[in-house]
Amino acid sequence: MSQSNSTFSKQSNKQTEGRPPRPSVSTRARQDQAARRTFFVFTLLPVLLILFIAIALFIRSWPIISAYGLSDLLFGEVWRPNNEQFGFWPFILGTLWVTTVGVVLAVPLCLLASIYLAEYAHVKMRSFAKPILDLLAAIPPVVYGVWGLLTIVPFVDDVLAPLFDRWLGSVSIFKVNQPTGFGILSAGIVLAVMIAPLIISVMYEIFSTVPNDLRHASLAVGATRWQTIRNIILPQVAPGILAAIVLGASRALGETIAVLMVVGNIPQVPTSIFDSAYPLPALIANNYGEMMSIPLYDAALLSAALVLLIVILIFNILSMLVIQRMLRRKWAS
Amino acid sequence: MGFLTKKRWQRRHLVETFMKFIMRVSLFIVAGSLGLILWIVVVRGLPSLSWEMVSQIPKGGYYMGKGGGILNAIIGSLYLAAGGTLLAMIFSVPIAIYLKTYLGDSKWGQYVRLSLDVLWGIPSIVYGAFGFALMISLGMRASLLAGIIILAFIELPIMTRAMDEVIRRMPEDLEHAALALGSTKFEVALRIVTRQMLPGITTAILLGFGRGIGDAASVLFTAGYTDRIPTSLMRPTASLPLAVFFQLSSPYPEVRERGYAAALILTVIVLVVSFSSRWLSARLNKYTVK
Repeated sequence: MSQSNSTFSKQSNKQTEGRPPRPSVSTRARQDQAARRTFFVFTLLPVLLILFIAIALFIRSWPIISAYGLSDLLFGEVWRPNNEQFGFWPFILGTLWVTTVGVVLAVPLCLLASIYLAEYAHVKMRSFAKPILDLLAAIPPVVYGVWGLLTIVPFVDDVLAPLFDRWLGSVSIFKVNQPTGFGILSAGIVLAVMIAPLIISVMYEIFSTVPNDLRHASLAVGATRWQTIRNIILPQVAPGILAAIVLGASRALGETIAVLMVVGNIPQVPTSIFDSAYPLPALIANNYGEMMSIPLYDAALLSAALVLLIVILIFNILSMLVIQRMLRRKWAS
Repeated sequence: MGFLTKKRWQRRHLVETFMKFIMRVSLFIVAGSLGLILWIVVVRGLPSLSWEMVSQIPKGGYYMGKGGGILNAIIGSLYLAAGGTLLAMIFSVPIAIYLKTYLGDSKWGQYVRLSLDVLWGIPSIVYGAFGFALMISLGMRASLLAGIIILAFIELPIMTRAMDEVIRRMPEDLEHAALALGSTKFEVALRIVTRQMLPGITTAILLGFGRGIGDAASVLFTAGYTDRIPTSLMRPTASLPLAVFFQLSSPYPEVRERGYAAALILTVIVLVVSFSSRWLSARLNKYTVK
């Protein structure tokens, strides 16, 4: 303490050179130091919270990981908690199918919409689109679920399924095995709309990192806007676009309630986009009630959450690093 | 030669027009789905919405179509979201101030921002499972307090980043002027950054509140569900998203109808919060130096 006091008095001497000494300077400097330390402790919270979540989930799921081994859990195909059989494979595949369909549907739409907003739209149009995207992002997942239940499920059941079955029924991923409307495609459509605002706003930010000089140069030699976008801008922002897609995918991976309401929740290995599936988050949410009554059940569900967390952390960190780097390039220029 | 150039000219312009058209269509689909969602929720929710729904707690046999309302869920959700937002604020305001005043774009600042963004991306079901893991370790039961704490964790990154984005646009001259007059960084934070941050804080509060009130997956594990209005922090509480969810899975059509009405109530709350955030931050922006 005495050491730090002396450094403060040195500082204060420097600051008050040529003026009558003001004793309050050292108090103020000490106050500043104290505030700096307190604030620093606060910033530890978000950094440590990530670790803390991972560790807590790991500790609670250790009983089952040590008893069965990770590969048996991940690739086991049978889910019978009463028989102490915990295989996540159908659920992992369900998650992957739903996420893939959602991302595949969302990406072209979002890419085109964000190019339009960034490259073509007038300021008026942009200031009109932004609140719409904000609202879309603000709507709670359960309302998306209600919408999916009331609109998308009947639409898939009455329109899309017969259509696909008639024209593409021979292709196995479009075959209609369970004509209920509840399934991967419905969940994918709902997810696509849910992740669209995020993907569009990230892509829009990425497009705005391209310096205007490049656009002007290309337009000046006679290229059309679309030629400029395709040949000049898209190659520049490709990593950022990919990162935006990965970010969107990681959102889709963890979406629970909305998906749970429309996906059908049948633990099977899906083969077609019209099949029901049972993604991991839905599994966790649906079984929280019985969790404590069957041995190892809670550990199994928490290890499912751990798997989800790890995959999402990897996706998130990679895409965030790319996006942050691209955005910094913009501020630097 | 002239023919050739003319043909190529036409083709690329055709492509240009076509691309522009499908871009407009894409944007329209995205915007249109918002309209569709709102329309469906209003059309299906309005018929079964009544004063009884918003002013009473469920009576006996409510879940078989008898009388009562979802006041327990409305109040519960307001408690949860308000508590979560308040708790998250206590932590997010100092972090945002620290990021601006002391860290800037330093290495640690980048780490903190990255970890906030990563926290933002963790799905609420994982937060819920984490809360549940903590609760069984501590021997706690589902309660309002547990729900509030988990919601605070979920809202923390959202609120901090929202404040951070707003305060980042503060002119550096302001800070430099204050530092040149001999104030410490802490005084800059206290006297200048906090005032400039006011619109950011307002936006953040409403953003966090909106997110908190709509979150179902985390509350499912931590706050439980009950037909009563919670009287203490240690009691379990109902919440609107779960009220929607549970009523929709009922076999009784009347109960499902009331689930749609509950969804409408939730949507209206979220819309009001979202619009007032826009309006308030526009008003408060007048009082900041740009």
